[in-house]
Amino acid sequence: MSTRSVIIAQLEQVADEHKQTLAPLSDDLKLLDSGLDSLGFAVVVARLEDQLGVDPFSSDEEMDFPVTLGDFIGAYESLVR
Amino acid sequence: MSGSAASLWQRIAAQGPLRERFLRGIGSSVKLGDLQGASSLGGDFRGLRGRSVLIATEEQLTAALALIELDGIAARMVLCPPGRSTAEIESIARQAEADAILYDTDDQRAALARLGMPVRCTASLVPSPGAAERGHPTTTQPTEWVLLTSGTTGEPKLVVHSLATLAGDLQTSTAAATGTIWSTHYDIRRFGGLQILLRALLCGGSLVLSDPEEPIHDFLQRTARAGVTHMTGTPSHWRRVLMSGSAQLLDPAYVRMSGEIADQPILDHLRATYPRAAIVHAFASTEAGLAFEVTDELAGFPESFVSRTDSQVQLRIEHDSLLIRSPRTSSHYLNGCAEALRREDGFVDTQDLVELRHGRYHFVGRRGGIINVGGQKCHPEEIESVINRHPRVRMSLVRSRKSPLLGSVVVADVVLNGAEAAEPARDAASVTVRNEILAACRESLSAHKVPATIRIVESLDMTPAGKLRRPNA
Repeated sequence: MSTRSVIIAQLEQVADEHKQTLAPLSDDLKLLDSGLDSLGFAVVVARLEDQLGVDPFSSDEEMDFPVTLGDFIGAYESLVR
Repeated sequence: MSGSAASLWQRIAAQGPLRERFLRGIGSSVKLGDLQGASSLGGDFRGLRGRSVLIATEEQLTAALALIELDGIAARMVLCPPGRSTAEIESIARQAEADAILYDTDDQRAALARLGMPVRCTASLVPSPGAAERGHPTTTQPTEWVLLTSGTTGEPKLVVHSLATLAGDLQTSTAAATGTIWSTHYDIRRFGGLQILLRALLCGGSLVLSDPEEPIHDFLQRTARAGVTHMTGTPSHWRRVLMSGSAQLLDPAYVRMSGEIADQPILDHLRATYPRAAIVHAFASTEAGLAFEVTDELAGFPESFVSRTDSQVQLRIEHDSLLIRSPRTSSHYLNGCAEALRREDGFVDTQDLVELRHGRYHFVGRRGGIINVGGQKCHPEEIESVINRHPRVRMSLVRSRKSPLLGSVVVADVVLNGAEAAEPARDAASVTVRNEILAACRESLSAHKVPATIRIVESLDMTPAGKLRRPNA
């Protein structure tokens, strides 16, 4: 399973659990417009850390917060081969 | 504290025959009657008169004997809980201005002798000329009892009590029948265990001591063989009993919990396991002393306790925190003088948070243990109580996990019952359980309290005090 598909699956899972409806997912979709709230993303990030072993947003290096879904997925892809 | 108050030994001896009464450790046992004319502290313990004595023995039994012998003789007795490093013991000795050290192994003597006059304490009693004096009221002096708080972070605080504040009105409280054989999962050098030691000693009973190295099955077998009917511990201790598969070795008449929140599932589990037992949970803190007992087998305590005026102990709720004013409150801290133990009006703020629901106050956690999820506060215990309702869950620990998005999120470690416990996280059944727990949490908790992740684990770490080890508390 590719990093991208792991992330997509997790977003769908959490949205489902939180009874939130995801917008059609595309790389240029703004996260704030995605339908998932900040708590939902926090949960996704925690779970992805368990699944993929990385949390790109807690690394020591200065890191821009992702704006789009493409940024979000890219941050993981840059750390997971 | 009154200089004329009877010492512990005098109060024990005043109860009549001591022959059948005992204190029993894992390897050795002492009959209280044998202390008449003999001592655990060598030939003559009178050299300890007026001293500040650090009780640093490894065995609980020798510590108990020292307490019995030195109350009314020493100026101060400091109860050093087990498992302390030499450096920690040194720090405690310094803060308590100890000038005598009780030990029971050669290694300890080597490490600790320079801290003060070393005195070996042993369960093999030797005849002592000083023992007869113990009974003379004129020879007693008030003795401070110093306990360490079981704080999981930072330096422990040294809390000053007296026999009067520790024992209070024990004789008039529940389950004090003469001849009762007690046991406790607690170490008697901590508040919860010391309460049971004093209960046994002052109410005509005997006590079987626990040992941290002893497997739970062996401990239960040993207590059953000794005829123990009254057993106490934290809810975590009792969960361990229920997980051991050996719970049925005991047939207690009285089961008591304190030191942690007793939730309804543990009360119900104990009720089902021990149909003939009275099941009691109590609230006490090292500083405030024993505050109240709950005997109706329901979690929390009745709202009416707060307005009670017929009791020596008064409760008050301020800013959701439970406050206690009691004659059993400790007088002061030996260290950390900057912090007042009680307020000017005599109330101690326990920092234990309660919430009123349907006429009962329920504990929801510690003021310090709060997890802040994006500015919204979560009490781990509240979430654990929901998780613990799942029939396959034995126990759980909710903790904070750093979140780059919200500061923290809530995560849970869960121990399952029975066969699943051996094969964690692997099979489809655990996935189902995990989803069911999440569903239950979502149903009864607000969204930020629902754990972001649930990890099935084989066991959870406990502190030496028998409480769940909480990384953030």
